[in-house]
Formats: sequence, structure tokens, C-alpha cells
Amino acid sequence: MTALKPRAAHRATVISAAFVALILGLGLLGLCYGASWSSPGKVLAVLTGAEHSVVILEWRLPRVVAGLVFGAALGVAGAIFQNLTRNPLGSPDVIGLDAGAYTGVLFALTVLSGTSAQLATASVLGGLLVSAVVYLLSSGGAFSGLRLVVIGIAVNAMVTAINSWIVLRAELEVAIAAVGWSAGSLNGVDWADLWIPFAVIFVLLALMTSQARAMHQASLGDSLAVTTGVTLGRLRLLMVLIGVGCTAAVTSVTGPIAFIALAAPQIGRRLVGAAGTPLLPAALTGAVLLQGADLLAQALLAPVALPVGVVSTAIGGCYLIWQLTKEVRRA
Amino acid sequence: MTTSLTAQGVTLRYGDRVVSTRLNLGIPDGAFTAIVGPNACGKSTLLRAFVRLLRPDAGQVELDGREVGGYPSKALARRLGFLPQDPLPPEDIKVRQLVARGRFPHQSLLAVRSPQDKEAVDKAMTAAGVTDLADRLVRELSGGQRQRVWIAMVLAQETPYLLLDEPTSFLDITHQYQLLGLLARLRGEGRTVITVLHDINQACRFADHLVAMRDGRVVAEGNPSDIVDATLIKDVFDLPSVIVPDPVTGTPMVVPTLEEE
Repeated sequence: MTALKPRAAHRATVISAAFVALILGLGLLGLCYGASWSSPGKVLAVLTGAEHSVVILEWRLPRVVAGLVFGAALGVAGAIFQNLTRNPLGSPDVIGLDAGAYTGVLFALTVLSGTSAQLATASVLGGLLVSAVVYLLSSGGAFSGLRLVVIGIAVNAMVTAINSWIVLRAELEVAIAAVGWSAGSLNGVDWADLWIPFAVIFVLLALMTSQARAMHQASLGDSLAVTTGVTLGRLRLLMVLIGVGCTAAVTSVTGPIAFIALAAPQIGRRLVGAAGTPLLPAALTGAVLLQGADLLAQALLAPVALPVGVVSTAIGGCYLIWQLTKEVRRA
Repeated sequence: MTTSLTAQGVTLRYGDRVVSTRLNLGIPDGAFTAIVGPNACGKSTLLRAFVRLLRPDAGQVELDGREVGGYPSKALARRLGFLPQDPLPPEDIKVRQLVARGRFPHQSLLAVRSPQDKEAVDKAMTAAGVTDLADRLVRELSGGQRQRVWIAMVLAQETPYLLLDEPTSFLDITHQYQLLGLLARLRGEGRTVITVLHDINQACRFADHLVAMRDGRVVAEGNPSDIVDATLIKDVFDLPSVIVPDPVTGTPMVVPTLEEE
């Protein structure tokens, strides 16, 4: 029996090392890849300050860092909602929070002047509004994860329709920008777009780390969570706010990037072989997935850079079908 | 007989349905209390009110003279341990990890596991007889093993009170008696055990204090040998019966005389 423990510890070490290697590798690849290929040697020289390159430092680096940080944030947001609903389908993109945050973005673009602070605030408010609607509609009687997911899917469809309507009514130029945005893309992000969302994500992730134990305790079910000392109401509210905040912070810059939040927590959980749906594997897997998907998006039809949302949706769609058939079999 | 855990004039409601009105009950300290009664008589509801999962519409539930609603969550969780009827383990959790979840009320926000935690988990697993299963996945266990793991989790909570909602429901008869034996042993070690039971004969055999409920009211309470007779069984369960002494323990044994139709 004790023989199992070193093996489990060994596995965790190997997987952590693999994640770090993958993230560094994909990051480096992202810095090398572009309209013209830069050798890894050159990239390292630029990063250490030995050489200078505007392309690498001002164009590629923010995109790569955004891919990794946003991927991690989406992974964590997914893990939060999957824990909250105790259902692998309960992720912010499936239950309409991405769409709601995007509605906020559209509002800021069409009605307000569309500064980055307005976009961030509006997307958070949009996400919160949709989460409140989903929660209220699904909270008749006892809290049920599955019901929340099903209602969330319906709300997602409606909010998506509203988004299309807003785009149709918008002026042509705004509409073109908005449609480009709707696929979710890291094309053309620069440092100026990133400070606010990075700061928000950093604070939220730190806050969530402090709640991680309580979140795992809550996965014992409502009764046992309460009788072992979890203040469930406060925890749920905090988790919703953090999950919506992470989703909205990403969406305000990139537009909705679907399926990272859905897939990352489950893939991470299986790789690590952990109990429940832990946050760290979700964050690492999310970073790898989004950065990997963004590289694919740039390379597939090069020199035309696809929006990463198209790639993540194509891959994630297959994953969703697989997960849904499993869910149906389980029910 | 001192009673530190009490329900005083509580009115309990489940949704729109009023289950109990102005119910009074004191749980004797250090005793094995069994609550029995027909289905939907309010046994589980009462248990949930004791552990603050249900807030009474009127009246109060008190522990040591203080309303349970007034305790901080973790402080109450260090006094009252509860096992619901059909708990669902988190995915892919191992036995030791699940038992360790019982330590939550003893840990602060970020604290790593302390030596006391490890000791409490070891002790709980030994007491519940699941030490051999420590590294097994909970979902791969049999019903009887799984129930013992849940008991170990509540034991690791190290609470002076153990409240269990029909802990024997999904067990075969051998495991039922093993589990009740375990609870009796824990009571012998000084814990107060309160359990909802379906089987009146098991309740009479193991409990020092029997609470018979019907329609949300306490019909009778006391030592099983003092209160169980054919009239009580008729009043509580609508079941004609004769009461004979249990050939093994001498406690009252209910033998129904209901004729087959």
C-alpha cells in the first residue's frame, strides 16, 4: 500500500515537469513563429536583452503571454463552475457567461466609446447579469447542477441571438469590428490592452487560491459541506464572482474563446489523477490549450491568421459531443 | 440525565409542508439515542434541524445553552458531526483523502495538514476498520465498505456528537449489525450518538434512549425496555404485534401479528 505513494508522488512530479516544459516550449515557439521565422537563439538573445527586436518584444511577446495567462484564467473559471455545478458540462462558455460578457463588450462598443476600461467593466457586468439570470431561473427548490447547466445552455442560445441582433443594428464599421471579435482572437493584442485584465486576473486567482480548500470541501455535497463548516452561501457567491470575473477579463480583450474553460479542467484532472476538479491542473492545461490553439490558428492557413476561437471551437466541439454522450449514458 | 443538545418548541417546515409543530426534545449526553417512526414522520427533518441544515420557523435548537444558529460554522462543525442518508463521494477520490476531509473544521484557511490531523485520520480509519482500504478509490468499494469510509470521515471530525441519518439503509444484515456495533462502541468511548433507524428491533437492541415519532410529534421517549409495548407499536406504526424479550440481549423485540391477506 505504501508502495503506491512514491509512485503517485513520482507521477505528480513528472506531470508538473511535463507541463512546465510544454508551456515553455509553446511559449518559445510562439515567439519564433510569425511572418518571418526567428531562430530560438535569436529569441533568447532578445529576451535576455542582448539583442533588440520590436517584433518579438512588442508584437509576439504580448500575444504569447496573453495566450498563456488567459488560457490559465479560462481553465480556472471552468474548474470553478464545474465544481459549483458538480457537472463536467457546467463551464462558463456552455452556460452563456462568455456570450453575456460579449454582450457587455458590444454595448460598450456601440453605445459608449469603447475604451479598454469600459470594455472590461461592461464585460464583467454582462457576465454577472447572465449568471444572475441563469442562477435565478434554475434556483426553484434545491440547487441542482444539472438543471443549471440545461438552463444555461438555453440562456446561452438566447444571449447569442441578442448579440447577433445588436451587431445587425450597429453601424457598419462597428459591426465589422464586432463580428471579427465574436470569434475570439489574440490577433493584434499589445501590452496596452493587457494591464487591466492581467491585474484583475491576478487578484482573482489569488483570491480563489485562498478558497480552494473550501471549494473541494463543498464537492462533498451541500449537507456535508455545511456540517463540516463551509459557509456555503458566501463561498458560492465568491466563486461565481471570481469565475465571471476571469471569463469577462479575458473576453473584454479577445472576445469569447469557447471550450478552453470546458475542456481544460477535465483534461487536467485526468492527467493528474486527482480527486474532484482541482484548480492548478486546470490552469496549466488551459494555458497549454489556448497557446497551442493560437499557434495552430496562426499556422493553419498562413499567412492568414485565423481567430483562435475558430480553432478552439472546432476542437472543443468534438470534445463537447464526446462529453455529452457520456453524460447521457450516465443519466 | 443531562441534555445539552435540545430542540425547544421547534416548528419545522420542508418547502410548504409543515413537518413538526412546537416539538420539544432533549438528547441525553453520552447516550445512544435512536429515533424511530414510520416513513415521513419527521425523523430526518428533526436531525437536519439539530445540525443546522434546516432553520426552524419557530422555537430554537440549542447546544450547551446557545442557539446552534449563533455558532460560527467551523466551531459548530467541531461539535456536531453529521452523516446524511446517501452522500456522494467526489470523483476519483481515495479512501484516505475522503477521510481527511473530516478535518476541515480543524484547519485554517491555508494551513497544511498538521500531525494532529494525520493522527485523527489514522485513528478514525482504525476505528471504522478501513485502514486496509486507505489507497483504494472510494467508487470501487462495496456498499458496506463505502459506508464505513463515510463513518470514518465523520469520526475524523472528532466531534463529541455523531448524528447519522439511517446509516444502515443500504447495507446487508451483517454489515448493519457491524455498523451498529461500531456506533455502540463509540458511545462507550464517550461520544453521544444520535441515529435515525428504520428497524425498531435494532433500535431496541442498541439504543439506551429511544425516541418514537409519528406525524412530526414525539409519541414516547425513554429506555426501550421501559417504553416499548404493543400499544406503543400500534400507536406509532399502526401495527398489531406482541412484544417478546430478544433471546440474545433481553431487550424488547417486536413480532408483528399482522395476518396475511
